[in-house]
Amino acid sequence: MKTFNIGGVHPHDNKLNTEAPVKELPIPQQVCVMVSQHLGAPSQPIVKKGDKVKVGTVLTQNDAFLGAVVHSPVSGTVNKIADIPDASNYPKPAIFIDVEGDEWEESIDRSPDIKREIELDAPAIIQKVKEMGIVGMGGACFPTHVKLMPPKDAKAEFLLLNGVECEPYLTCDYRLMLDHAEEILIGASILMKALGVPQAIVGIEANKPKAIEHMSEVAKSFPGISVQALKMKYPQGAEKQLIKALTGRAVPSGKLPINVGCVVDNVATCYAVYQAVQKNMPLIQRTVTVTGPSIKEPTNFLARFGTPVSAFLEAVGGVPEDTGKVISGGPMMGKSIMSAEATSVKGMSGILVLPEKQAHRNNIYPCIRCGKCVDACPMGLEPYLIASATAAKDFDKTEKARVMDCIECGCCQFTCPSNRSLLDNVKLGKATVGKIIRARNAK
Amino acid sequence: MNETIINSIWLLAALGLVLALILYFVAQKFKVEEDPRIDLVADALPGANCGACGKAGCRDMAVQIVKDPAYTGCPVCNEENVARIAEILGRVPEKKDPMIAVVRCKGGKVNTEAKAHYEGLQSCSYAAGVMPAEGGCPFGCLGFGDCTAVCAFDALHINPQTGLPEADPEKCTACGACAKACPRGIIEIRKRRDEDGRVYVGCMNKQKGVYSAKVCKVSCIGCGKCVKTCPQNAITLENNLAYVNDALCISCQACVDACPTHAMTIMPLDKKKAKAEPEAAPQTI
Repeated sequence: MKTFNIGGVHPHDNKLNTEAPVKELPIPQQVCVMVSQHLGAPSQPIVKKGDKVKVGTVLTQNDAFLGAVVHSPVSGTVNKIADIPDASNYPKPAIFIDVEGDEWEESIDRSPDIKREIELDAPAIIQKVKEMGIVGMGGACFPTHVKLMPPKDAKAEFLLLNGVECEPYLTCDYRLMLDHAEEILIGASILMKALGVPQAIVGIEANKPKAIEHMSEVAKSFPGISVQALKMKYPQGAEKQLIKALTGRAVPSGKLPINVGCVVDNVATCYAVYQAVQKNMPLIQRTVTVTGPSIKEPTNFLARFGTPVSAFLEAVGGVPEDTGKVISGGPMMGKSIMSAEATSVKGMSGILVLPEKQAHRNNIYPCIRCGKCVDACPMGLEPYLIASATAAKDFDKTEKARVMDCIECGCCQFTCPSNRSLLDNVKLGKATVGKIIRARNAK
Repeated sequence: MNETIINSIWLLAALGLVLALILYFVAQKFKVEEDPRIDLVADALPGANCGACGKAGCRDMAVQIVKDPAYTGCPVCNEENVARIAEILGRVPEKKDPMIAVVRCKGGKVNTEAKAHYEGLQSCSYAAGVMPAEGGCPFGCLGFGDCTAVCAFDALHINPQTGLPEADPEKCTACGACAKACPRGIIEIRKRRDEDGRVYVGCMNKQKGVYSAKVCKVSCIGCGKCVKTCPQNAITLENNLAYVNDALCISCQACVDACPTHAMTIMPLDKKKAKAEPEAAPQTI
């Protein structure tokens, strides 16, 4: 079975209650929609207090190249625009909407029929994807339309669909592949048409045999799309690792996937593209996994954006007593959140509740020079070296050790037998070196 | 046998003489004229090589001072240093206000309630990317001591009671290294005013009052009372945060009495003038 060649770790996958169907989370009384929910230039709100909005009304504008707009996930009245802490724990502007009924914009096709014919041509598809605010739903929230416009000197050859879901605990993409395989593959065909590529490969890890079987079955009626089972290994869902696993190509340092002819999109993004292009439906909701060892019934919820984390936790029977921390995302790369006020956004794939005894870091011991972090690094870096150079504030050395290639997967810290804060130091080094490089380029 | 020894002595002596002559003439030819005052000035400088002036070290600074009469000088020198340098160079000693590092946050462990517990890398610059302070203030002191680590004069220490850094007035030279190290820009270099007390806003929170008051008992809520009371118009209010202009302040302390949240701070604490109706101020710094 295929996988990527360098590094990687094998955390226990902890996929809980995977066979339970996706539940629709009731729309809360009030939603707080974050104004910027993508990677890139921040958006500006275009609604004001007292405005009536419907489901699908555009709430923000963004003229930047790396920009994505946000649509109203509910119908009702705009209450205020104020700052609330998001998943980064810092206050960011959000639009508060008091929910009244559930009235949708007329242009949205809400019929359950699956529409296979792709009517739009490539530029129209890209425009549609941009208008509907589609961003990468794996967590990075990179605006999808930007990926569909490769630079002139690069030619896309493959579309790779990321159904790997290598983060432990998360099951939202798995459920989506079981429930909406056909829509995902139509979405993939739309992206193939937009990019002009003949071939698409869906990568799914071997711990999801049902998804592999179901997707392979459905993919038979889609020319050019194949499903590839992958050996379980974290971080296979990272872009560069997935390209290596599926095509055998290595993305050179500092280059983008498009430089080796690949475009990678998450299966959830394909589903969103299907809905945007075929059904005219903007990105207003997503599947969110609410899980954890002490949660009685871990469930996947289909929830509108702007739903507070507290509403998700109530829906699974409240916060368990032994809770130590709540993480937005998975345990490897997710961030712990300080307040249940934080609301769901386009990139929030899961809410993980960890019990007290799993929430703490272990004691840190001196480095024993075992080299496990070097073996584990999927980018072929030397985490111990980067970490010690950063701790010594020797940022020239940090930069020479290719810190900017780090994908922040956390394999080094996961594997360290001395529990050293390798990733923390590497991230600090990456942020500092990034600043130094930007200052140098600005000169 | 004897001959060998004597020949060797002669040979070495001759060799030594020739080489010494070469060295002498080379030294004469390529002699570097150096002002003898440079060494004297370097001795008069504090000698901590702290880098506050931006030079490679104290001697480099001495070269600059001797060469350029207009050069303003070492930012960490005290009056005694300045007087000695002026004496060596025969210049008028430069008058400058003594400065000190002030910490513009009074949150810490006492005045904010921890909403989360942080176990990651004990570094402010890393923690600032992960979370606000443990008390929830996105502008407040994180308390991991990036500032104390860079202090070359052992003048800045985290107070274990408050969890906030405090500058030792005896040792602080106002070199500004801590101000540069703080990822939140909380530390400011201000005039010492040891006799009247230095007045500053002990808060950096630019959020609206409703939000800042939620996270911290002594936050500036942007009410503007201090702006109105100031007889010197030294206080400005911008982004819900007051700022005392150091150049205009006369340490009259009217604003300190007016501040409803006690964010307006007077240091040292014993310079606080008694108020008409004394009020129990929360224990800070």
